Amino acid sequence: MTDDELIWRVAGGSGDGIDSTSQNFAKALMRSGLNVFTHRHYPSRIRGGHTYVEIRAADGEVPSRGDGYNFLLALGDSFARNPSEDAYYGNEETKPLTENLDDLREGGIIVYDEGLLDEDDVEDLNERAEEEGWHVYPVDLRGMAREVGREVMRNTAGVGATAALLDMDLDEVESLMEDAMGGDILEQNLQILQQAHDQVNEEFEHTHDLQVPTGTNEEEQVLLSGSNGVAYGALDAGCRFIAGYPMTPWTDVFTIMTQNLPDFGGIAEQVEDEIAAAALAVGASHAGVKSMSGSSGGGFALMSEPLGLAEMTETPLVLIEAMRAGPSTGMPTKPEQGDLEHILYTSQGDSCRVVFAPGNIRECYEQTRTAFELAYDYQIPVMVVIDQKLSGENRNVDESFFDRQPDPDPGTVLTEDEIAEAAHDPSGKFNRFLHDTDKGVSPRSLPGQKGGHYLATGNEHNKAGHISEDPENRVAQMDRRMRKLDHIRDDLDSAEDSNQTTVGPDDADFGIITWGSSQGTVLEATRRLNDDGKDVKAIGVSDMMPFPEAELEAFIESVDEAMVVEMNATAQFRGLIQKELGRFGPKLTSLLKYNGNPFEPAEVVEGYEAQQQGEEDTPGTNTTIQPAAGD
Amino acid sequence: MSAFNAIGEEREIDSDEFTPGIEPQPTWCPGCGDFSVLKALKQALPEVGRTPEETLLCTGIGCSGKLNSYLDSYGFHTIHGRSLPVARAAKLANSGLEVIAAGGDGDGYGIGANHFIHSARENHDMTYIVFNNEVFGLTKGQTSPTSPKGHKSKTQPHGSAKSPLRPLSLSLTSGSSYVARTAAVNPNQAKEILVEAIEHDGFAHVDFLTQCPTWNKDAKQYVPYVDVQESEDYDFDVTDRREAAEMMYETESALYDGEVLTGRFYVDEDRPSYSEEKQAIGEMPEEPVVEQYFDDDAEWKRSYDLLDRHK
Repeated sequence: MTDDELIWRVAGGSGDGIDSTSQNFAKALMRSGLNVFTHRHYPSRIRGGHTYVEIRAADGEVPSRGDGYNFLLALGDSFARNPSEDAYYGNEETKPLTENLDDLREGGIIVYDEGLLDEDDVEDLNERAEEEGWHVYPVDLRGMAREVGREVMRNTAGVGATAALLDMDLDEVESLMEDAMGGDILEQNLQILQQAHDQVNEEFEHTHDLQVPTGTNEEEQVLLSGSNGVAYGALDAGCRFIAGYPMTPWTDVFTIMTQNLPDFGGIAEQVEDEIAAAALAVGASHAGVKSMSGSSGGGFALMSEPLGLAEMTETPLVLIEAMRAGPSTGMPTKPEQGDLEHILYTSQGDSCRVVFAPGNIRECYEQTRTAFELAYDYQIPVMVVIDQKLSGENRNVDESFFDRQPDPDPGTVLTEDEIAEAAHDPSGKFNRFLHDTDKGVSPRSLPGQKGGHYLATGNEHNKAGHISEDPENRVAQMDRRMRKLDHIRDDLDSAEDSNQTTVGPDDADFGIITWGSSQGTVLEATRRLNDDGKDVKAIGVSDMMPFPEAELEAFIESVDEAMVVEMNATAQFRGLIQKELGRFGPKLTSLLKYNGNPFEPAEVVEGYEAQQQGEEDTPGTNTTIQPAAGD
Repeated sequence: MSAFNAIGEEREIDSDEFTPGIEPQPTWCPGCGDFSVLKALKQALPEVGRTPEETLLCTGIGCSGKLNSYLDSYGFHTIHGRSLPVARAAKLANSGLEVIAAGGDGDGYGIGANHFIHSARENHDMTYIVFNNEVFGLTKGQTSPTSPKGHKSKTQPHGSAKSPLRPLSLSLTSGSSYVARTAAVNPNQAKEILVEAIEHDGFAHVDFLTQCPTWNKDAKQYVPYVDVQESEDYDFDVTDRREAAEMMYETESALYDGEVLTGRFYVDEDRPSYSEEKQAIGEMPEEPVVEQYFDDDAEWKRSYDLLDRHK
């Protein structure tokens, strides 16, 4: 925890514009020269219900959500239901205050809309404020909005009040409003912003010390989500076809692709179900267009068979899995890393696929590009695994990071001239599936090309694609398909940059291992532990299949003990490490969290400390420890 | 210049070109109606001027799924019930291809019925042939979605309690713009209907009655058959949705009373195909999407051009 950071939480109900308000505020902070990171918490509901967005802003790096927060803007919930303590949903009217108090840091600031929230309805607010040293500013935001424009503009009044209390310049907020709206709406919003700002300054003496941090970014920044990263990586990789079906949180990637593909000369299809979605991507890819599909847990379950078809027919394919808490419908808007085993092994037969789990927005972009490259070079399905946390979190990235060339390469496809020279079966069919080929890849033809016709089939097949149950052919085809994974591993190992991210001193005694979206939080926790004199290093792993054996083996061998941090209940990634490396059981413990909220850095620090002291439990109730094998 | 020179090739096409060198003899049972589909298709494709290498034949799973093992063209033998989504995407990717999907009644009206409904609804410019033998053949004779009520099989030992699905009516309601039924026992009509279906610019659905002599009934039971266009007993307008619906209902009911009615049941030449609809709203380029990968002059936009919205 640092003093020179702002963690601003705007809370209210779903449908009240919390998302767009926070997006603009985050951009204003970014434009002022700060690094920002957002964390979104919302229910599976369109109108009403406890919702908040946290924006963490600092001059230094912000790779994760923080520990708690220090500024609450509590707006009303326009759609609050059952305003009674006894009701199943509790008193929703007061939730923007009551649900958020536990995480507010000592000495934090509360601004609440007294037009909608009555402090008398919030038990002990004043007592707690006194105990915790909170600074409470009741402001009639709704009243201000009504006076000038419409009630929904109270969010703008809240931003004006925030700016006043943090001594923050309004210029950036104003210019963002000018970008987003026009006419009377803009005029009214600008007026409300200014009025709220001035009124708060006049009415209240600042009793707090917190101010907006200042910082500078050396180059132009852009604010993007993990879903943006995946979609932009796909567009730049030359993807020109997507098929999908809506499901949270995958819908974000699907929407971004759908909105952009027509302008990029491609096609987006929303179809009847996820079986169709993945099958369409297979069909378009078979015909030569770089294609993708994706879903979240339940929808991805439906894609198992088309995924297997792509493995067997060696059709290039990229699938995105945006995980959420399961099993079954689970918690649709809450993150979890519980689908790892499902993704690695679903579909009948031996898995023959590549799986990446990027850890941040840049990695979402990079690894999605790599996914397309490998899929089309090796004719293999590649999965990119994100989750509700990474898909929706926004972080600033250097604009220049995206200044990259697109990749129109269709992969290992022959031209008609090359087909004419290539091996054909005596029957005249093109030998699409040769036994002995470079890196296990047998170049393909596309329907409509002269001289290239063959049969693609989900049955085992011979060189020309014809259905075959001949044992020798079977082994030759299986071995060739599986061999691709070894070559892909070699390619990844010899690439300039590893997909794995490490932090901390090489010779540390203790290692923390994590995967996918938990990376940023673990890296921050590791830095804190080192600042605190602890001897710890960490690795965030992205390559799930083929597994980065050499890197993980070297990491685990170099430490006395290691703790695997992941958001699920059964330590799936730890299981994968042991399966792939065949040892280290007694050396690996786990720190798990599966309550629907991502780790905070402090929870990882506490988890480390509890394990170092040999305790069986963490101090909080949100995380659990799973001991090493044999313990 | 196109990278797909088999497409649009103008030349004489011999129906023998569609006979494969590997396994030219189908492994279907003697007397199987599937032979007639294969034969009719081999005749229809040259007649409409389509060559093997501009044709993509996508099949499902079952006896009917073997169709593209015995017909030489580009083929995709997919998974059970999923020939349609694979086929229609290939058509979207490369509009120059002649795309045909085929499968059995279990494949298309059972496990894949959702895709059947939505492919018809979208009116993709393609042909869908359903081998309707009223039984699951390759898994040894179980009751299928079109088996008659009371049909006894190992999985329905007391006779099926379900009324059969009405494929023609379902097709019409879903949005097919060409609906026909033909029978293996009527090869001339079968070929003519396939020619019309392939030439039709929209989703053309052909319910093809294919007797299964092993599990169900032999060819004799589909005789006599009546062509509703030629018979004086029937007079309806195939372009009129209401009249078509009534005729379909009668036809579907009659089949289980031993009367085999065949012919064209609905034809709508005016409905735009799905690609035309998508192009009209700016969601699909005029040129086949796949060509850009082989066009050195193609312009490739990049995400860098989208960043203003993120500043």
